[in-house]
Amino acid sequence: MSSERARIQLAHGSGGGMSRDLIAEVFVKAFDNAPLNRQDDSAVLELYGRRFAFTTDSYVVDPIFFPGGDIGDLAVNGTINDLSTTGGTPIALSAGFIIEEGFLLDDLRRVVDSMKRAAAEAGVQIVTGDTKVVERGKGDKLFVNTSGLALIDHDHQISCANLKTGDSVIITGSLADHGVAILAAREDLPLQTPVPSDTAPLNGLVREILAAGGEAVHAMRDPTRGGVAAALNEMARSSRVGIAIEEALLPIKPPVSGACEILGLDPLYLANEGKMLVFVGRERAEQVLEAARGHRYGREAAIIGEVVEDPKNLVSIGTRLGARRILDMPVGLQLPRIC
Amino acid sequence: MKYLDEYRDPELAARLLKSIRETVTRPCVIMEICGGQTHSILRNGIDKVLPPEIELVHGPGCPVCVTPIEIIDQAIAIASRPSVILTSFGDMLRVPGTSGDLLTARSRGADVRIVYSPLDALTMARGNPDRQVVFLAVGFETTTPHTAMAARQAAREGLNNFFLLVAHVMVPPVIEFLLSAPSNRVQAYLLAGHVCTVTGLGDYERIAARYRVPMVVTGFEPLDILAGVLGAVSQLERGEACVDNRYARVVEAGGNVSAKAMVAEVYETVDRRWRGIGMIPASGLRLREPYRRFDAADVFRVNEMGSAESSVCISGLVLQGLKKPFECPAFGRECTPRTPLGATMVSSEGACAAYYAYHRRLEAGRI
Repeated sequence: MSSERARIQLAHGSGGGMSRDLIAEVFVKAFDNAPLNRQDDSAVLELYGRRFAFTTDSYVVDPIFFPGGDIGDLAVNGTINDLSTTGGTPIALSAGFIIEEGFLLDDLRRVVDSMKRAAAEAGVQIVTGDTKVVERGKGDKLFVNTSGLALIDHDHQISCANLKTGDSVIITGSLADHGVAILAAREDLPLQTPVPSDTAPLNGLVREILAAGGEAVHAMRDPTRGGVAAALNEMARSSRVGIAIEEALLPIKPPVSGACEILGLDPLYLANEGKMLVFVGRERAEQVLEAARGHRYGREAAIIGEVVEDPKNLVSIGTRLGARRILDMPVGLQLPRIC
Repeated sequence: MKYLDEYRDPELAARLLKSIRETVTRPCVIMEICGGQTHSILRNGIDKVLPPEIELVHGPGCPVCVTPIEIIDQAIAIASRPSVILTSFGDMLRVPGTSGDLLTARSRGADVRIVYSPLDALTMARGNPDRQVVFLAVGFETTTPHTAMAARQAAREGLNNFFLLVAHVMVPPVIEFLLSAPSNRVQAYLLAGHVCTVTGLGDYERIAARYRVPMVVTGFEPLDILAGVLGAVSQLERGEACVDNRYARVVEAGGNVSAKAMVAEVYETVDRRWRGIGMIPASGLRLREPYRRFDAADVFRVNEMGSAESSVCISGLVLQGLKKPFECPAFGRECTPRTPLGATMVSSEGACAAYYAYHRRLEAGRI
């Protein structure tokens, strides 16, 4: 982005290395403040002696209706999950709508109904909003923005910069379901077993995890765009540690791995919308795993690796043949507009 | 996953590795031709579990990597016309031309789209009769039949807004080119299984006999590659030089007869420049009459481009198996997947991209 003629490419929005650099070189540089500079999924603010989490996210997913969900519940769940990475209790959401002229009112109602249901499940209300309509052709059907506020009602340090050597790495369920669901819907892939998106609010699951792990829970992250690989790389860098995971331990549904094989995609780089990566001290890992598996959104939770000491902050993966290789940050674009 | 997990089984892999260790008695250099195999090797860490006597070098079988820079420049020039929709496989969009790539052309307003098949481009042409739809046709013998079919279909339907910018190349000529080079150090080849599915084994039997070099038809899964290595090592140790088909679940000796006939109907052989390597006689294809009217380079008159390569990139030596990616001074510094100087750093089959993704800091020890 050095040249003054450089332009935004789709890959700048992919959640990979190009997104990271754009955020660092344009936004963080300009807005520069302590809560932002931590670059966690939510900003943590201290007000009147209490800690609050505050976050925002925009949704441009195409198609807006897909197996397992739509742009509405995705927008609610996504912001709930960003808030949940702090271990806080969501209080309220806002919703902004950018609608293309000609969009079916019935489709809008359907999206809004689905937001209402998702908010009810998460136990929050959507308390404020905004509506804009743009001329036909100047937007694509519907874009949704949600912001959210949560109260952090615990005293633990939970942050991407807080990983400790020896921590177990837990994923709360199978990888890449959302990425494959969107791709299959978009490309009309005739999958033998359809894959629904995993979009879900994780605040309930996180509550169980914190109850079981307490202050041994050092960090949480919902691995959306860029997948588990991007999330692990960012966390290793933030905490100045290495992370070692094992291929054989990754929970991946057979139709998801089948679709990935056909399309040449790696499930580690595909988006999840209802999964949490949890970093927990080894001594409490089994309890946290058990607690996660007891929750409806954590049945397939698994320990997939551990945090290791590494001055280069590498993420590595052990292959089934017993070799170890780098698991890198995704470069550029895997799939545009998945969320 | 059925039909795949069987070829990734760690216990069977350990058994094959044991056989390889018991067979090999001296150093040997084996080239896997196909970039898909290069990635499988690095991704699964096969190079790290093989005995130290065996050196795998990575071949030129990455169509994105060897597509000459002139054709990338032609594609960018064609894409920049307002009437054109330029289509290709995803990887081609990030390959650097003389200045910029197709993705930067797109962010400047060019209509560049990713497709999974040339037949998708054909559908696009039918649906956009007022636009000219160009498919950048790269690939070896595996993809050529698809574009031949698209050309034949376009002719049958009388479409006049569908074109192919053809960069197809063939495997046997480049193997002969590499074997004839004085710098050659490759003693055995792992052949690309999918290419052999189409071509059959005839050409390779001739090359194996003429150059006295063992060749093993090899698949892409870890067990396939280990079986290929075992086949190559066994021949070397016994002093044999023939074509051994270790991918028989897919490959038949005669190849795909109807695919070959279709390619012969639509294309004719030409000399072709390979990016980083140079001109290789009779190694490329171009549309023959009566299909010439679909040739985008002719129709859009973009034959002379004045293209220029990066001066530091050593991708040619990498593609010929003479250098490893981390021996390049630009590797991981000026040249990364986001700022690629050569196509080998771009493609999902490129050797530099594979080393960067899977091994860079472990191998180079300096980044």
